[in-house]
Amino acid sequence: MSWVLALPIMIPFVTAVVAFLLRRSRLGDLASVGGSVASLVAAVVLIDKVLDQGVIAGQIGGWQAPFGITLVADHLSAAMVLITAIIGLSVAIWSLAEIGPQSARFGYHALFQSLLGGVAGAFLTGDLFNLYVWFEVLLISSFGLLVIGGRQSAIDGAVKYVTLNLISTVMFLGGAGLLYGATGTLNMADLRGAVATSPDQGLMTLIAMMLMIAFGLKAAVFPLFFWLPASYHTPHYAVSALFAGLLTKVGVYALMRVFTLIFVGDIGYTHEILLWVSLLTMLTGVLGAAAQGDFRKILSFHIISQIGYMVLGLALMTPLAVMGAVFYLLHHIIVKTNLFLIAGVSRRLTGSSDLYAIGGLYRTAPLLAALFIIPAFSLAGFPPLSGFWAKFVIVQASLEIGEGLVAGIALLVGLLTIFSMTKIWAEAFWKSHPDGRQPTLADLPRSARWQMLGPIMMLAAMTVVIGAFPSPFLEFATRGAEQLVDPAAYVAAVLGEARQ
Amino acid sequence: METLLACLSGFLVATSVWLMLSGNLMRFLFGLLLLSNGFNLAILAAGRLTPGAPPLLGAKGELPAGTMANALPQALLLTAIVIGFGLFAFALALTIRAYRTFGHLEVDRMRIAEPAEDRK
Repeated sequence: MSWVLALPIMIPFVTAVVAFLLRRSRLGDLASVGGSVASLVAAVVLIDKVLDQGVIAGQIGGWQAPFGITLVADHLSAAMVLITAIIGLSVAIWSLAEIGPQSARFGYHALFQSLLGGVAGAFLTGDLFNLYVWFEVLLISSFGLLVIGGRQSAIDGAVKYVTLNLISTVMFLGGAGLLYGATGTLNMADLRGAVATSPDQGLMTLIAMMLMIAFGLKAAVFPLFFWLPASYHTPHYAVSALFAGLLTKVGVYALMRVFTLIFVGDIGYTHEILLWVSLLTMLTGVLGAAAQGDFRKILSFHIISQIGYMVLGLALMTPLAVMGAVFYLLHHIIVKTNLFLIAGVSRRLTGSSDLYAIGGLYRTAPLLAALFIIPAFSLAGFPPLSGFWAKFVIVQASLEIGEGLVAGIALLVGLLTIFSMTKIWAEAFWKSHPDGRQPTLADLPRSARWQMLGPIMMLAAMTVVIGAFPSPFLEFATRGAEQLVDPAAYVAAVLGEARQ
Repeated sequence: METLLACLSGFLVATSVWLMLSGNLMRFLFGLLLLSNGFNLAILAAGRLTPGAPPLLGAKGELPAGTMANALPQALLLTAIVIGFGLFAFALALTIRAYRTFGHLEVDRMRIAEPAEDRK
């Protein structure tokens, strides 16, 4: 078996154990940062190998596919693992400034690392039941992280988050179990052939819908998103930044994997549903954001609306559209995490996240204002930032196949996104503070200032670089999309050339 | 036997939906427990029922003459039951905490995170 594939999963879990043992001392925090650096190195090695060799697969314990558990990395998986490691490191450093000894003693860093391990596992596995197990790992870690602050609103949010996610879990399990009963395999590459040749296509579509509901709930798409705005604004800022960046995107990744690799037999049905779901997700998310008056609540609703763009790319299912979805996914994780981290700094400086109770940051903390502009404009799709290219490709892809209405809605939602971003700008940054306070970055202790602003600057720089030099990233996304739309290379890497 | 299991599974799911539609968190959790058990039964039945047939190869590794049981669905179920148990334990602990925080378990009245009047 290949260590390159296993290390991105193993390092976070080893780090979690070390961080748990050291949870009573400051060393636990440092172990978390150190482990995140090691994960980043492992992810870079992995993506380098994938760029060099194409899709790589490894069989755990030497049991050959489709009987053993397979780990696979194609362009999309490798990129997602890399971005997970980048986000993990950024938020681990940022946590040093926010997470106090009490939360650390309850195992914050251990839960944080096991969440990252679960996310990496979900991106790398090639087995449907194994994907279920990774979902559980990241879910139980996220439960712990959500309630670790112990505030009343966090308990309230957690009740809704936990219950709805448990339903999604049961649906996923049911879908996977019935699929095994019908086809006799759980290996995703093997399932592609088994589902296509199954005599009972109606049953396959039924199972596809069960998995669509399960992953759709995780991804927070239109009728299933209610847990997200109920819970994402309640925990520590570091936790919500991590969730905002990674968790819903695991659901989107699972949708992209399953609905390009396995269930492509009835695209006219399944992907048509995805199309309508994605349009409604975009609209309800952005309209919900427009109605909110809290920094994190606005950002939470924006997650929903942006998920719509990614699912839209998948629903259109042309190479260009899927490429847009891949690019969107990668760009969005960086931008969204960054916005939540900035919201955390703003809260620390002004003492509230209620936009009507704060203000004046433009005058007193111009650096933060400048750093906010970058991800905010990128999210809304201003050229030359990364979000512009992401939206551009999606709109172009929908126009290419004559879906003018779809393109129109995508552009309208972009416009409404700007509206609520200007709302944050006007309330938190532009107007003066209602109580006349003058919060400046110098109020923060020296160490906390760099622990908070360092990751924000790094992520903002990545947004600018992707926007200014998009061609290598678009090229990468194109190759990733080609592998998704025509998974012959994926199937060959897992099952060997002979069984194609 | 399959028919019986299918009916039982359907009955469990129907009951769980009824329980989960109630506004009480405790009832919701009982519904969730029944739902996962309903699905577990469905997976067991979908994995073929082969009573009396062992999941064993012959002495020299050859396939047995008669039917051979597939142990994988049971293995999947066992994993799912263990995971479900852990998640349910967490959900129960959360329920106790929620009861201490709010003094009741009516989900409709848990509005601390999302107050009805969100802005002035």
